[in-house]
Amino acid sequence: MSKEDYEIVIGLEVHCELSTKTKIFCSCSTEFGGEPNTHCCPICMAMPGTLPVLNEKVVEYAVKAGLATNCKIAQNSKNDRKNYFYPDLPKAYQISQYDMPLCYDGYVNIETEKGEKTIRLERIHIEEDAGKLNHDDYGRGTFVDLNRAGVPLIECVSKPDLRSKEEVDAYLRKLKSIFEYIGISDCKMQEGSLRADVNVSVRKKGATEFGTRTEMKNMNSFRSISRAIEYEANRQIEVLENGGEITQETLRWDDISGKTFSMRDKEDAQDYRYFPDPDLVAIRLSDEYIENIKNSLPELPESRKKRYLEEYKLIPKAANFVTSSKYYSDIFEEAIAICKNPKTASNLLMSEVARILNEREEEPDQIPFSGKELGELVELIDKGTISSSISKKVLEELFENPKSPSQIIEEKGWVQISDEGAIKEVVKKILEANSQSVADYKAGKDRALGFLVGQAMKETKGKANPQMLNKMFIEEMKK
Amino acid sequence: MANITRDEIVHIAKLAMLNLTEQEIDNYTKDMQEILAYAEMINKIDTSATDETIGATEQKNKFRKDEVMEFKTREDLLQNAPSQDEGMFQIPKVIN
Repeated sequence: MSKEDYEIVIGLEVHCELSTKTKIFCSCSTEFGGEPNTHCCPICMAMPGTLPVLNEKVVEYAVKAGLATNCKIAQNSKNDRKNYFYPDLPKAYQISQYDMPLCYDGYVNIETEKGEKTIRLERIHIEEDAGKLNHDDYGRGTFVDLNRAGVPLIECVSKPDLRSKEEVDAYLRKLKSIFEYIGISDCKMQEGSLRADVNVSVRKKGATEFGTRTEMKNMNSFRSISRAIEYEANRQIEVLENGGEITQETLRWDDISGKTFSMRDKEDAQDYRYFPDPDLVAIRLSDEYIENIKNSLPELPESRKKRYLEEYKLIPKAANFVTSSKYYSDIFEEAIAICKNPKTASNLLMSEVARILNEREEEPDQIPFSGKELGELVELIDKGTISSSISKKVLEELFENPKSPSQIIEEKGWVQISDEGAIKEVVKKILEANSQSVADYKAGKDRALGFLVGQAMKETKGKANPQMLNKMFIEEMKK
Repeated sequence: MANITRDEIVHIAKLAMLNLTEQEIDNYTKDMQEILAYAEMINKIDTSATDETIGATEQKNKFRKDEVMEFKTREDLLQNAPSQDEGMFQIPKVIN
């Protein structure tokens, strides 16, 4: 048997920090950063005698998330205590939801190589985040900062419908984009506001029973999640192929060594002794409440995609790409309001901006400029002020030092040379230096023209107008 | 028949980080069995005509507005910490 005989089965628990102003059960600020323990009060520090009161925005945001992911909304819901001891959890229990989550039975559609695929959501529930443990290198112990303790989260639990790391990536990006569109979270993976517990198992193709799964907790980058899935699936297949068995356990992914490690003893198997939190009362939502939230939802990516295909005549690949992130989509809309050129604006996002982000290992929410700059850049190309090869350099500059593109090209001296005399001079110079190419062209090798234009672009550092170069080379060689 | 074994009491005590004496384990086993027997009695009541109860009271939807109120003094929050440093609680090293 080989790797190809196995199927990978993945389920995700995605934790998403809600962008409320205050914590879930007290009025402390949720702001990121800040001196340790300055966004804390007796409630989130679990002082005896304090009582939690649920933040109304948390319920609203969770219901929004549920509606945007086709979930049913529970009209009767409650909070439960999940009991475990860990120093980042001052109450020794986390207030979460157990058997009556706010949202259940949803789904999202993702694009795969084989077309659209539906990933079912089992539930979305609300809960509180834990604090942060800081370890020092001098063996003085551990330092507890409770600024994050009590920050509201939703946990979205998928069914085990995912079959590859590519599907996981598409699913996560889809959830992230939906939550960004409805404005319930900034979904910044680098700040930990979106993170996932990844459950992986393998089984022989065609098997109906699931294999034993392992869980990797708190993964917060697309790249580590992909790598971890690949490593863990291969590890499991190897164990099985060697006649071994998979132990159900929690693993820690180590990004540096690229391996997973066992985190907890089996002896400490999770036994959370959930029970209803007696400090909090029932959450009962009326039809009217749910209907109002439904009506307040903004335009979702699916609908924007449809609009881009129909109104702006984008090709499906471009429409998918631009709507894959609210940040791309917002930049795109702002840009085309200025330049009225959806095709070039989407192309620049899809090819250049995505490439630069990839090189910088950044996400669309980290793009430092707006649609205004992109729109202006497209206008400069359309007017012939700059060539498209210069536009790439302007985009790179926009990432380093965001300001008006016309200011950038002026400062850098990147304005396109469209002066006939100047171009003619370059053309003559290149023709003189490349007599072999001229001969080739005259012998019918059209590729020689491309080479000559390339040389001329090189000579002018990409500033010459390529259409004019083309035309003039042909004219000169006809002589 | 409500039944809980001595082993289960030992397991629950371990999860709750309680150190129980042999005598206490015996006592809790007996007490817990009585509590479960009582719960079983309640379980037999026909509640099919009753609405689903959530919590011990009829109260619902006690919400708070999403408005920040700062708790000003970190010193007050940390004053009972046996050990602290740089505004944080200092605790024995936690191995991850």
